[in-house]
Amino acid sequence: MNLDYLFDGAHWDFASGSIPQLIVSHLWYVLLALALGTVIALPVGLYIGHTGRGSFIAINAGNAGRSLPTLGLLMLMVTLLGLGLLPVLIALTVLVIPPILTSAYAGLRTLDPGVVDAARGVGMRPMQVLFRVELPMALPVLMSGFRSAALQVVATATVAAAVGLGGLGRLLIDGLAVNDYSRVLAGAIVVAVLAVLLDLVLAFAQRWIVSPGLRASK
Amino acid sequence: MITYLSNNSETVLAALRQHITLALIPVLLGFLIALPIGYLGVRFPWLYHPLINVAGVLYSIPSLALFVFLPVILGTKILSPLNIVVALTIYTVALMARTVADGLRSVDRLVTESATAMGYRRLRRLFDVELPVALPVILAGLRVATVSNISLVSVGALIGIGGLGQLFTRGFQLFYIEPILVGIILSVLLAGIADLIIVLIQRAVTPWTRVQRSRA
Repeated sequence: MNLDYLFDGAHWDFASGSIPQLIVSHLWYVLLALALGTVIALPVGLYIGHTGRGSFIAINAGNAGRSLPTLGLLMLMVTLLGLGLLPVLIALTVLVIPPILTSAYAGLRTLDPGVVDAARGVGMRPMQVLFRVELPMALPVLMSGFRSAALQVVATATVAAAVGLGGLGRLLIDGLAVNDYSRVLAGAIVVAVLAVLLDLVLAFAQRWIVSPGLRASK
Repeated sequence: MITYLSNNSETVLAALRQHITLALIPVLLGFLIALPIGYLGVRFPWLYHPLINVAGVLYSIPSLALFVFLPVILGTKILSPLNIVVALTIYTVALMARTVADGLRSVDRLVTESATAMGYRRLRRLFDVELPVALPVILAGLRVATVSNISLVSVGALIGIGGLGQLFTRGFQLFYIEPILVGIILSVLLAGIADLIIVLIQRAVTPWTRVQRSRA
């Protein structure tokens, strides 16, 4: 076990199967899944949190989603739909929906009801209450859910390689196939570093989008 | 699917048995290891943030990579179930250490101070007061760890030992959806049952949480 593969310059030239190319395809899966998951889960989570209707779904979505084995879902989708981006996207999106949905719901539910009443009292319409008061105040909780979704999907996107697709999982699967542990180690390190970096970027984004008023109150 | 099950009941049952063992032993081990680690994070506050960061990085290592690496580090055979057990124990510790620390930190200062005033020493106060009060938070973390372990075991199938995950790889190789579906359904059911058992345990051991809710 050594770091030769990771530090071999030839593996860093941008070519098919090189580390930068695998990082790009890996990030592509991750970002698409996060974007699609947010588009689906955020409105549902906000709706449930805002109205209080269907809380049962929001509370149980988290555990139901976690219990679905991503590898099985991916293999099922590939068997049904054939090889391509779509099955990976479906499997990874199912993974990111629960944390986003649950945190959007929890963010709105744990708000001080007095704040929402005050917003209504000053004459805000329901949509204004949601977008100008509830959503901004729920952002810290929402972002922590989004960050844990991102962390999970970066690590899990490696399974795409198990069905013959790209991403950093290629280093793991191919390295394993030819007993090249140096390559597997390179894959593991790059994935972990990528996860940490993405979390840092999101942490900065969170500082930037969360109102300073919320930080001061802590 | 019914025909698949009746023709392959022995394979499926063996996979299910292996799945249960591989998922639950790490939950127990990880829980026992995480308790003292989480406590250290509370007892020495400067340890808390390093602890959370290390746990976060450990959690971001892909399970497949860990399954492959542990034989190299531990000197076990690649097909040894021990690799899966150790890998999932690491994830459980990463998840639970933080939950234990957060749970203990969430205990109201007044409660610990009253216990101290009543003459509880540090260790007895921990076991008789702080841990029971933190139990709902800790058990919530245990539910997450258990459910995600059950779904992670199947990744082990890519290196040859993965309980129900073997049904996925078999179905995938044969281009045959029945085993994959059976594997997914059993895995989700297993997670649901394990989750329910922890909820029932929680209700039994923390009766005061119910009293509070009914009053509110």
